[in-house]
Amino acid sequence: MSEPLFSKKNLKLLSDPLNNSNPITVQVLGICSALAVTAQLKPSIVMAISVTAVLPLANVLISLLRNTIPNRIRIIVQLVVIAALVILVDQILKAYVFDVSRQLSVFVGLIITNCIIMGRLEAFALGNRPWQSFLDGIGNSAGYGVILIIVGFFRELLGAGTLYGYRVIPESWYIANGGFYENNGLMVLSPMALIVVGIIIWVQRNKNRSLIEN
Amino acid sequence: MDRNSNTYTFLYASIMVILVAAILASVSMALKPRQKKNFEIEKKKNILASVNIESDASTAEDLYAEKVVDEYIVNVGGKKVEGNAFDTDLKKERAKAAKDMLYPVFEFKTDEGTKYVLPLRGSGLWGPIWGYISLNDDMNTIYGANFDHEGETPGLGAEISTSAFEEQFIGKKLFDDSGELVSILVAKVGEMGAEEHKVDGISGGTITSKGLQNMLLDDFSGYEAFLKSKK
Repeated sequence: MSEPLFSKKNLKLLSDPLNNSNPITVQVLGICSALAVTAQLKPSIVMAISVTAVLPLANVLISLLRNTIPNRIRIIVQLVVIAALVILVDQILKAYVFDVSRQLSVFVGLIITNCIIMGRLEAFALGNRPWQSFLDGIGNSAGYGVILIIVGFFRELLGAGTLYGYRVIPESWYIANGGFYENNGLMVLSPMALIVVGIIIWVQRNKNRSLIEN
Repeated sequence: MDRNSNTYTFLYASIMVILVAAILASVSMALKPRQKKNFEIEKKKNILASVNIESDASTAEDLYAEKVVDEYIVNVGGKKVEGNAFDTDLKKERAKAAKDMLYPVFEFKTDEGTKYVLPLRGSGLWGPIWGYISLNDDMNTIYGANFDHEGETPGLGAEISTSAFEEQFIGKKLFDDSGELVSILVAKVGEMGAEEHKVDGISGGTITSKGLQNMLLDDFSGYEAFLKSKK
């Protein structure tokens, strides 16, 4: 490899997904899981970490195999690599950190179906070197994680009045306790996740005019 | 070799599948004993939690051995039958015909007298839910409850395993004054029911709440003869 490991071009692979090519708000990938797990902050963070563990690894593996994969079954090969990695992670968690595995439960399975992973393998890892693919994987899972955490933050705060399970809005504020405040029940339901993501897209495009299509 | 030929594609797919299968199978075999141990500890932890004893992974086994007095299995008629109560797999039991189902019972000695722990199993929205309910020796009043699930929605149905939900069950009664089994109503907002047989369900988790209610009714019906014989 002639260029340095952290050349400007490579760093762009890391930073772009956080803004200009964010997987959720710009590529509109991974919406399904962003919707399912963001009712609370904790599962959002756990999901962000899980995807960060799987995506760079899968990217590197596919990138290493990219010159051998038969074109006609490449999607199947990608799926097998992702599924195998996820099962491995799940088995190891169950054996060594059982508590974490109990908390992750469904999310582990959800990682396999996460479109971001398939999307990045297909769009990037199949045509690029392992190191670049690794950076792309880190960048994209970070971009995904940031949005997840933002959505989870607002949904838990406004929907349940707590953050990470800790009470933020005092009990005495609630109408039930003679106060003036009531949780917004809609925040807990999935449609609100889409609306929050929509608002994030709006804010982002307002700040970054280059994203607006003609 | 031509990467687009059929032979190459077939070979590639076969080798990949065999390799991946071998890796996954050996990892699974190697980790099985550890995982099984973890499941047992988790089960002991949950049973202890239903008699309101806090434990963690390192203390669960010792505490369990110290507090448990008796473990046995009863049938629908309330008679004791042979077998290992702790290893009884409720998933298999609930698949049997109603008259053949076996019901494990765990007796615990606590500072507040003998408690009877009954394991329960039912279905939520996405998959199985299960739990342990401990009864006072009047075989009617709930002393503690612990619920868990495989994959209920976080923040909604999954709330059944929070202590805020579980603590509602303490002091509730299974039988009414005339001795009829009424079990516990897991109520939606506005749903009416006698206070001593009712807990609040989870908003946004109606199917899980109702699944839990059905699980309680079904399984307590199975234990009914045993409970009445002990009264």
